[in-house]
Amino acid sequence: MLTKRIIPCFDVDRGRVVKGVSFVDLRDAGDPVELAKLYNQEGADELVFLDITASSDDRKTVYDMVAATADQVFIPFTVGGGIRSTEDVKIMLELGADKVSINTAAIENPTLIRDAAYRFGSQCIVVAIDAQKVAGTSSDWQVYTHGGREPTGIGVVDWATEVVTQGAGELLVTSMDADGRQDGYDTELLQAINKAVNVPVIASGGAGGPAHMKDALVDGKADAVLAASIFHFGTYSIRQVKAYLADAGVPIRHS
Amino acid sequence: MGSSVLIVDYDAGNLRSVTRAVARSGATARVTDKPDDLKGADAVILPGVGSAADTMSKLVARSLDEPLREYIFSGRPFLGVCMGMQALFDFSEEGGGQKCLGIFPGTVHHFSLENFKVPHMGWNTVEWLHDHPVIEGIPNNSYFYFVHSFFAEPTEKGVVLGQTKYGVTFPSIIAQDNVFATQFHPEKSSDLGLSLYANFVSWAKSPGFFSGSK
Repeated sequence: MLTKRIIPCFDVDRGRVVKGVSFVDLRDAGDPVELAKLYNQEGADELVFLDITASSDDRKTVYDMVAATADQVFIPFTVGGGIRSTEDVKIMLELGADKVSINTAAIENPTLIRDAAYRFGSQCIVVAIDAQKVAGTSSDWQVYTHGGREPTGIGVVDWATEVVTQGAGELLVTSMDADGRQDGYDTELLQAINKAVNVPVIASGGAGGPAHMKDALVDGKADAVLAASIFHFGTYSIRQVKAYLADAGVPIRHS
Repeated sequence: MGSSVLIVDYDAGNLRSVTRAVARSGATARVTDKPDDLKGADAVILPGVGSAADTMSKLVARSLDEPLREYIFSGRPFLGVCMGMQALFDFSEEGGGQKCLGIFPGTVHHFSLENFKVPHMGWNTVEWLHDHPVIEGIPNNSYFYFVHSFFAEPTEKGVVLGQTKYGVTFPSIIAQDNVFATQFHPEKSSDLGLSLYANFVSWAKSPGFFSGSK
């Protein structure tokens, strides 16, 4: 049976993992390869790296990170941030990334998803959607770009449908309302998107514990859940999360 | 033989993980897009992501299709991965229809399923239907990483070594004589995937393989 995926996410600046990873047993908590190995041993099903390097002059550092990870860690990983052209996609895939995640550039360059999916296959094109509830509504979300700073005026369900038509093979859906609050994923948002598209959906934003993950996977019908701080700060290990989900009847890979 | 494994490069993107996975098992992995290299090869891997039409047109453009068929028919060890498995069949329905390498009789179909997302993406179990040196030591119903929208349907069911359920039950490992091929990506399937590569390398070195060809 196809299992639901548990995906730790890392923010990366100039090839180093940032935003507090606090494992005491790690020699170098900023080393993406060391972290990737650790999460692989713990049973992570995939990894996501989000490159937040501000200067494009420092791209080489993220390239080195992608290559080193691919050389040493044998589970799938996605790289997002700064992917603006099919050439950017090609570089990441050749360095060893399995998928790229495209966000702002998908809105700014309407042919990018189509071109990249045609050239490299839909399976490696993830479109990241940052969604925020429109004030005063209960089930209407708007797409934001530029790390959640710029509203686009585009409805989330319309956009999800559009990018899948263009060739996106997976959606990474972040609720900006829920993000950082550790109060649960936005299951209504996930349901709305799952109703509209037939590609896998990764839920992001709001993870405070395994019960939230179960809600996103079962009620929200997400195919995967992404989380950062609860894993990085050791609040829950991947093993604990998986044990909880398995007990709750969610199909999970045991490793 | 020595312990050199040739990985066929037809511009299918990610060869890095396959190369590293082979290197981990102690063999020398060499990537090539030269048809002549296949003539003297001791073991060959055809990796792959992307579409059938794209794969076949690139193999043809690099004049790799016939040398690959000759290599496989020579009886030397061969491993196909994902698209590298689908390409072994007669025909794929992908992209309106694509003639493939024709090693195995059969067709590659699209997953057209109610209530199942396409692509089939993630970790799923593989049930062994019989034994094989390349799966030795790997427990039955272990998880491997899949990402694909099409699946093979061989005419001869006897070539199916492993099967997986996703709406339908489809062949996830094909094996016959010198050919071993997986629909999943062992190079993305963590430790058990690496075991599979190590087993392939050992199998390729085993006596008996080269009595006819060398």
